[in-house]
Amino acid sequence: MIRVENLVKTYGKIVACNNLNCRFEEKKVTVILGGSGSGKSTLLRQVTGLEKPDCGSVFFDGMDLTRATKKALYEKRKKMGMLFQGSALFNYLDIYENIAFPLREHTKIADNVIKNIVTMKLEMVGLRGIEHLMPSQLSGGMMKRVGLARAIVMDPKVIFYDEPTSGLDPISTGVIGKLIKDLNTKLGITSVVVSHDIASSFKIADKIIILYYGDIIAQGTVEQIQNSTDERVVQFITGSPEGPIAFTRSDTSYIDALLTDNEKTTGTML
Amino acid sequence: MNLDIAAAIGRATLSWMQITGRSGVFLFLAFFQAFRRPYRISRLIKEIEFIGSKSFLIVFVTALFTGMVLGLQGYHTLTQFGAQALLGSAVALSIIRELGPVLCALMVTGRAGSAIAAQIGIMKITDQFPALEMMAIEPVKYVISPKILAGIISLPLLTAFFDLVGIFGGYLVGVQLLGVNQGAYFSKMISAVTFADIYGGMIKSLCFGLLISWISCFMGFSAQATTEGVSRATTQTVVLTSLSILVVDYILTSLLL
Repeated sequence: MIRVENLVKTYGKIVACNNLNCRFEEKKVTVILGGSGSGKSTLLRQVTGLEKPDCGSVFFDGMDLTRATKKALYEKRKKMGMLFQGSALFNYLDIYENIAFPLREHTKIADNVIKNIVTMKLEMVGLRGIEHLMPSQLSGGMMKRVGLARAIVMDPKVIFYDEPTSGLDPISTGVIGKLIKDLNTKLGITSVVVSHDIASSFKIADKIIILYYGDIIAQGTVEQIQNSTDERVVQFITGSPEGPIAFTRSDTSYIDALLTDNEKTTGTML
Repeated sequence: MNLDIAAAIGRATLSWMQITGRSGVFLFLAFFQAFRRPYRISRLIKEIEFIGSKSFLIVFVTALFTGMVLGLQGYHTLTQFGAQALLGSAVALSIIRELGPVLCALMVTGRAGSAIAAQIGIMKITDQFPALEMMAIEPVKYVISPKILAGIISLPLLTAFFDLVGIFGGYLVGVQLLGVNQGAYFSKMISAVTFADIYGGMIKSLCFGLLISWISCFMGFSAQATTEGVSRATTQTVVLTSLSILVVDYILTSLLL
């Protein structure tokens, strides 16, 4: 379905994606795991075409998105849905209009049909009856679910989730995880989830990709990842502070930094 | 040391040129997208409502009191020469040529310009622009173009309203309060104000409308995606727009006279 080939993306000196190769299989849930700053959100932005990589290709349905015209890219986007980290609901529209928005913009569906579609999508995320509320009146978990309802309103083939469970309470996390799995199994929607939540990822994933500072250090099924002997993978999934993944990211010596006279050290923090 | 100063000047010049260039491209894109299908008339009307009709009250109060002060000041100055009959033309000319377009634009900057910058900045921090892109909708076309067009359409209309209310304010004080002859007030006004005055005022307000929506949209759009970034963009919008209105006003006046 989606194939990433030799993808490189740098921001200044920081290499966010270092020659990545991976596939997101059709009708499967693929979870991209990694710590903060590991390049997982960057990878997602390249895959969705929101940013252009420095080099490499992203094939979506056989078309290279990195070389596609804007028109062709927008045509493919109609088959994609995305749930943003902060939900990205339009704050000046109520919930109903937020969900109806893609339909109003891209289709000529009559108002009463739109109403039915919106009701159906809200029912799917368990929030029917809140159509008239504004996004600011919702909790974080509810906003995510409304964002999900909006992402599926055009019946996409693929949904991208950017940290769908970060900042949510355990129950909301469980609800979102179940929704992702349900959409995948019942509607056959290919799902790409970026996350750092190990427990819920293991529950929903068909395949896991672990990123570490721009490199893929492991990919495979949940079982393969759990049985991995790579020290970095083990440290990541157990969340241990001890291990090859360092706590400090300064590249200058600590003693030097303490002994220099300058007011601020020039050590580069990433 | 000297090199440092030269480098600092160079850096400032370069960044200024960069920003100017980027804002120019930004405006061009907004216009380019505005005249491409599909046209979004309902979006345009919503923005005109926000920039234009919601500014009515503030423009009304500003215009009324500006006109009244002009009536008062003008009367006291003109009576020294026994020329209070000229009050109507004095009030009308100063409002139509200068005060109408400028004050109206400054008030709209404070009310709508800052709000536009903040609104776009907030859309930016909450990922609403990539969300639009993911829904296959061009953010500049959907968000920016209607605002820029609405600014250009709203300001001349608001200025015309300002002129009307301002002249009425002058009438209230001059004729009703201080006893200038009503016929003289209006007949002198009609004979003094030419079409060129009105036309000049409208040209100004058109340019100010563009300035307000352009600067506020650009500032919001290029704000840093943080809360401080948005608050800075809002402040800068008001300062920069107000100053450029005054500068452009001088340039336009010298060209139009």
